[in-house]
Formats: sequence, structure tokens, C-alpha cells
Amino acid sequence: MVGASGLIALLIGLPIGLVLVCTDRGGIVEQPTVNRSLGAVVNSLRSIPFIILMVALIPFTRLVAGTSIGTLAAIVPLSIAAIPYFARIAEVSLREVDAGLIEAARAMGANRATIVWEVLVPEALPGLSAGFTVTLISLIGESAVAGAVGAGGLGDLAIRYGYQRFETTVMIAVVLVLIAFVCTVQAGGDRVTQQIDHRAK
Amino acid sequence: MSQVSASPFAAREQPAGGEPAPGALLRLSNVGKRFGEYVALDAISLAVQPGEILGIIGRSGAGKTTLIRCLNGLERPDTGTVEIEGVDIARLSESELQPIRRRIGMIFQHFNLLSSKTVAQNIALPLKIAGRAAAQRRRRVDELLDLVNLSGRGDAYPAQLSGGQKQRVGIARALAAEPVLLLSDEGTSALDPETTLSILELLREINRRLLLTIVLITHEMSVIRAIADRVVVLENSRVIETGPVSRVFAAPEAPGTRKLLGALRPELPELIAARLHAATGDAVVVRLDVQGDQARSPLLADLSRVFGPATLLEGGVEHVQGEPIGTLFVSVKNTGPDVASRLRAFVEHRVSSVEVLGYLNPDR
Repeated sequence: MVGASGLIALLIGLPIGLVLVCTDRGGIVEQPTVNRSLGAVVNSLRSIPFIILMVALIPFTRLVAGTSIGTLAAIVPLSIAAIPYFARIAEVSLREVDAGLIEAARAMGANRATIVWEVLVPEALPGLSAGFTVTLISLIGESAVAGAVGAGGLGDLAIRYGYQRFETTVMIAVVLVLIAFVCTVQAGGDRVTQQIDHRAK
Repeated sequence: MSQVSASPFAAREQPAGGEPAPGALLRLSNVGKRFGEYVALDAISLAVQPGEILGIIGRSGAGKTTLIRCLNGLERPDTGTVEIEGVDIARLSESELQPIRRRIGMIFQHFNLLSSKTVAQNIALPLKIAGRAAAQRRRRVDELLDLVNLSGRGDAYPAQLSGGQKQRVGIARALAAEPVLLLSDEGTSALDPETTLSILELLREINRRLLLTIVLITHEMSVIRAIADRVVVLENSRVIETGPVSRVFAAPEAPGTRKLLGALRPELPELIAARLHAATGDAVVVRLDVQGDQARSPLLADLSRVFGPATLLEGGVEHVQGEPIGTLFVSVKNTGPDVASRLRAFVEHRVSSVEVLGYLNPDR
């Protein structure tokens, strides 16, 4: 559930982040109208609380997944929530790439696609990796909420057994598993980030 | 400096009036650029001859960065033309500029190397952009690493290199696609003096070996002196002086140039200048500017023979682009009211300029 929606967020959020950076003023494809419209869409999606988003998206979920209940169905609202989240994080990382590097690539006669794939993305990669880790962790939290509406998983377990049946041990166990899960993801993410970061420390 | 003027282009001069000469590699006519109300470039005209090293100097805010960015279309001038090999690039679109930029290498003050790529990958980037095959790229990268004395460092990341090494990578990268022109945007300004010299020597060597034309901008006259054949002086967005480096160092015409030369030109020490009398004294003090054969003649001996012992108070001769130039502050005995005019007449053909500064009395 977390993995699939994380992957979707990466595949769609990164291009959105790129478009946000490139179309901004001073970007390599200045398009203020596109930039503002896309920015507005991202902001509105991000301002909707996840639990409301999940309910609001039920017709759409049914359309895509064929059902609105269960793990597969939960992936749809989770992705929709994670895409703009990661897009903003990606935007920040991409924006931090030194303008001098883009200028150097332009001076070499690089076209826009080359600037994006040879300069922007590789140079932002450490930040993107760290940002993706954060996205995954927030997805873990949201997937637990999704559990409340029958998405299965740890959230489901905690609500039904831990909360409704007052089985405190189950609740504690779930929380401990979640902590371990988050720590593992964070440590893994840090490791990857460190491996691909060749900047001076 | 001990630069030997071996370059066949060293003596090439711009014709009188600053009009671009025919056969120029790069020719700017009447280039103007504004940022809102601020005039960054005001009717700049200049030409760059193939094989020469042209230095553009100015204080910060003089417009030199805008100017060099106009040379490869990173900045678009509002008026005028920028011709490279006869093609005006001032009105070209971004995609039309791309093939032209591939023929122009550029190095930067802060190197602008990609931190995510190794040295070899950085150098190979222009080749990748030009669409060369991987095997060809590898061969060329090895050649370039050799040229800039970084053989064996190809797998290092820029963060593992010193400033001087980074700029060597920058130079290798700029040369990768065999450009016809190399631009240096304050390429040595972030380096210490010793490293600056080694980078300038490398650029000089590249200029001679590959007959590569170089345009560099700097705010340091010492950089111009070390490397340039010709210099263009910018002040307040305008060209205030242009000419061969040795001429500009020996006899700067514009006051702005003289100010930039400041510390590099000898001045009469304050403690002597303070003791000068305008009207009379035991000795007369003159300032003599010499260049070329004038600097090679036994001027002080000649003066001593006619006026009695001539004392060198300050100054000396140095070589700029193989040309001796110098400024001498000399005192001779005041032998009568006409000594100043006789002195002037005597040195008239022996120096490029003479100035009687005043009279000096012996220390109490």
C-alpha cells in the first residue's frame, strides 16, 4: 500500500515538481500562467485533510480500482495525497540547484531536456531522495488512517482490535511495529541519500 | 613578468578609432543593454582577432559580466550586433543559439562543476551534448585530463579537488568540444595568487598550442598583465580605452585606466612628495615614463653626464608582454633657473612622457 502509492507519487510528483521549477520566473521554460495554475491545483489538493480527501474520492476510486474498499482501493487516495506533497518537496530540492550550473549547461549549448536530465535532476538527487523518504513516512501515517475505512493493514488492526475491543497489547504492538517501520524507512533513506551525495560535507 | 612574446598575434593592434578590423572572429557593434532604468552596456564596439587573448577589465558594476554573457547569447543585447564568424547572434532564438554555443567554451569564477558527476563525466558533458559516441568521449577526456595535468583524477568528484584543480577541470570541460573561442568569466578571481598564476599559465599555453582565441574578464590588472595581448577597459558601462597591453600599461590614456592600474604603477612615496617645493630647492624631481627602446637606453647615465649625478628615487622597469616599460622618479641637482626646461628638452626624445614634479631640499 505504502510502496505502491510512494512509487506513483514519485513518478507523477517529480514531473510536476520539474514543471513547477522550469515554468517559474527565471526558469528554463518561463510560463507564468502554467506555473500559477499548477501551483494552485497542488495547493488545493494539499489543503484537504486526508480523511476528507479519501471520502471525496470514492467515486473516482471506484472508477480506477473497481472498488472503494480494501488495500487496492486505498492506493488511489493515498497516491492523490502524496503526489502534490512530493511535488512540493521535489520543487524545493530542484530549486536549490545552483543557477550557475544551469548557466554552464546553457553555455555548453545544452537543450532543455539535457539541462533537466543531466543537471537539474542529478544535482537535486540527494534532496529528492531525502524528500522521498519523508513522503514515504507520511504515507505510512496516512495508510493507518486509510485502515479506518477498511483498507486493511496495520491501521485496520489497531482500530478494530486495539481500539474497539480494548486490546491494549495489540495497540502497543501496532505502534511499536509502526515505529520500527518508520525508523527502518528513515535509516534506509538516509543511507541512499548519503551514497548519492557527492557534494562537499 | 617574464612573458616572452612568442605569439604571432601579440603585436596585432586594433586600427585607430577602435573600428572593428576585418577578419575578426568576434565583432561587437554598438551593443547596448538595459535592465529597467539601469544601463548595463552603452554602445560597446570591439573586435576580437583569431588567436589573441583579449582582456576586458573593469570594476564591479562596470558591465563586464553582462558583456561577456552577450558573447555567447546568455544575455541578449537590446541594441547592436554580436557577430561570431560573421553570424549575428544577437537576434537568434535559444535553439538557434545552441549549436553556436557548442563552439564557444566558458569557464566561471566559481567553476560551476556538477557535484553529482565525476571529473571525467563533467569533462565529457559538452561531448555528450554534441552527440559524440561513448568511446570517442572517453578518448577525448583522457587527452584533456592530460592537457590540464589531472591525469588519473578522472574518477574523483569535484568536492575532492582543490580550487585550482576544479578550475583545471573547468578548463578541460570548456575545451572538450574543440571550441573556436574560450570565454573566462573572472576565471581566477576565486583562487589564491599562486594558483591564479598557474591557471593563467595554463591558459597562455593553451592559447599558444591550440591557437585558441580567449576573451577574459577580470577586475585585476595583474591578470591582464600576465596573460592578455590586448585590453579593453570598461567604466560605467562604456569602453574608455582599448589597446595593446604594453601600451596601456606604459601610457594609459583614460583617467579610469590610470586608477585601475593604481597599485601596479610606481608613485612617488608620500614622505618625498610631502617635501616637494613648487618654486625652488636644491634638486629638481621629475617623473619619466619609458617604454621599448627608451627603457633599454642608459638614460640615468646620460642624465648624469649632462646634469650631474642623477638619483633614482623610486620606480623601475618591468616587462609586459615582452615589452619593457617603466616609470622613474629621478632627481638631479638644481643648477639654475632653467634646469627644468633644459631637462625637459634633453629627455624629450628619450622618454614617452616627462613631468617636472617640484624641487627638493636636503634633509635637515
